[in-house]
Amino acid sequence: MAETAWSVGGLAAVAARTDAPRHTAVVRVTHWLTTACFLALLVSGLEIVVSHPRFYWGETGNALTPALFSLPIPASRATVPTGYGFVLPDQNGWSRALHFQSAWVLVFTGALYVIWGAVSGHFRNHLLPEAKDRSLPAFSRALARHLRFSPPAAADAWSYNLVQRLAYVVVIFGLFPLVIWTGLAMSPAFVSAVPSTVTLLGGRQSARTLHFLVTLALVAFLLIHVAMVWFAGFGTRVTAMITGAAAPTRGPE
Amino acid sequence: MSAVSRRTMITRGLAAAAGLSGLAAAGRIADRYGLVPPDHGGLYGPGATLTYGAQRLLTRNSRAREFSRSQISTPPFANEIAPPSDRFKRLQADGFKDWRLEVEGLVAQPASLSLDEVKRFPARRQITEIACEEGWSYVAEWIGTPLADILRAAGIMPQARYVAYFSIDSAWWESIDMADALHPQTLVAYAMNDADLPPAFGGPLRLRVPRQLGYKSVKFINRLAVTDSLKRFGKGLGSASPEGGYAWYAGI
Repeated sequence: MAETAWSVGGLAAVAARTDAPRHTAVVRVTHWLTTACFLALLVSGLEIVVSHPRFYWGETGNALTPALFSLPIPASRATVPTGYGFVLPDQNGWSRALHFQSAWVLVFTGALYVIWGAVSGHFRNHLLPEAKDRSLPAFSRALARHLRFSPPAAADAWSYNLVQRLAYVVVIFGLFPLVIWTGLAMSPAFVSAVPSTVTLLGGRQSARTLHFLVTLALVAFLLIHVAMVWFAGFGTRVTAMITGAAAPTRGPE
Repeated sequence: MSAVSRRTMITRGLAAAAGLSGLAAAGRIADRYGLVPPDHGGLYGPGATLTYGAQRLLTRNSRAREFSRSQISTPPFANEIAPPSDRFKRLQADGFKDWRLEVEGLVAQPASLSLDEVKRFPARRQITEIACEEGWSYVAEWIGTPLADILRAAGIMPQARYVAYFSIDSAWWESIDMADALHPQTLVAYAMNDADLPPAFGGPLRLRVPRQLGYKSVKFINRLAVTDSLKRFGKGLGSASPEGGYAWYAGI
């Protein structure tokens, strides 16, 4: 399929870059550290939710107050009304420890990535939409192509297309900061020093509910992300993110 | 892969050695400034230490949020888990007139206070939120004596670093550092929402530590011990919580 949006100059750039890594070492290392931390945070976070699978809005909420919504799962505490006749074992000790330790690693990883991305020009060159794409028509065209599962443009082999860029920008500069913010808003010590962390969100229980909803958005991103990698060629793309190899190596098979 | 030169190897080795000794020195300095929790060992020790150290630097003098009277939760949630022991029931039958709060350890004058003696100190009232590690919370007015007043009356010795506190049901005990122990919002609470503190909520005496999660606010306390080391209590991890897999520090 001809990709008219790409000029001969663009293709020359592709050719020129084939010996550069598809992803730089910083991107590869921070990508997999973030993956490991996110999965640890997800599992431990869900375990913590199991001790009280009810969500509220505002400052306070407990088993005696109406829930905004609750998950139809059994709980690991007998004090929570779930409708189930049994109580799951308590997993909160290790879950909380793993959650906060992974959060620290994630924050350090994120800080390294953001500082490097700003200084090296990675954000400017690869993450923010290119000048020609900064319009609604360009975005609708790109999205339509995406939704039709059109094969990726040749240029996608060494950089991100518009839809990818926007998705990554929302996740990196929107969802991750939000999930950290809403998490910190649940720390009684942190909010004693910085009360606006929780008051701006409308209270402790609102922060907890938002923390859960942002997590759902991150899980949705993860599922779509893995699906797109699958469609684009799982082996090639995962290899590129591990070794940095730009193109599938045609070695003796 | 390019070959690593000898100079690069030596440089990297020196950098690694410098990094390791730097970490060791940082650990000693952090410990001297009270930034290392008693449960700093084990797989999750680094995370627990980072959280405690960072929050201690940030929150040494910060105040927990206080709320307006209209924000008090009605009804509050008692979270009654263990039924009171026979010993507790006998004291309760007598209106807790024989309840004692022992003050011991690194104090000039160890004391054994009755409820009336605890209530003789100037009362502090505060409307704060109690938040459980499970996720639920409620707001109540707590009335009590600042722990700092009781400790200062007994005469805190300069070596004091922690205060351990014990429930009448000996399985539940906790400890806090002096920053939390001397904090004006840390109360030996005897009343709640304008009535005596009900046993369901920890009456007759409960330690309220509003800058930490609910499990640090131990119910039914009858003993305070000022100490320079938590090694001599229980398994030496600081409180019953780390023995059960929970963090000693619960500011998060």
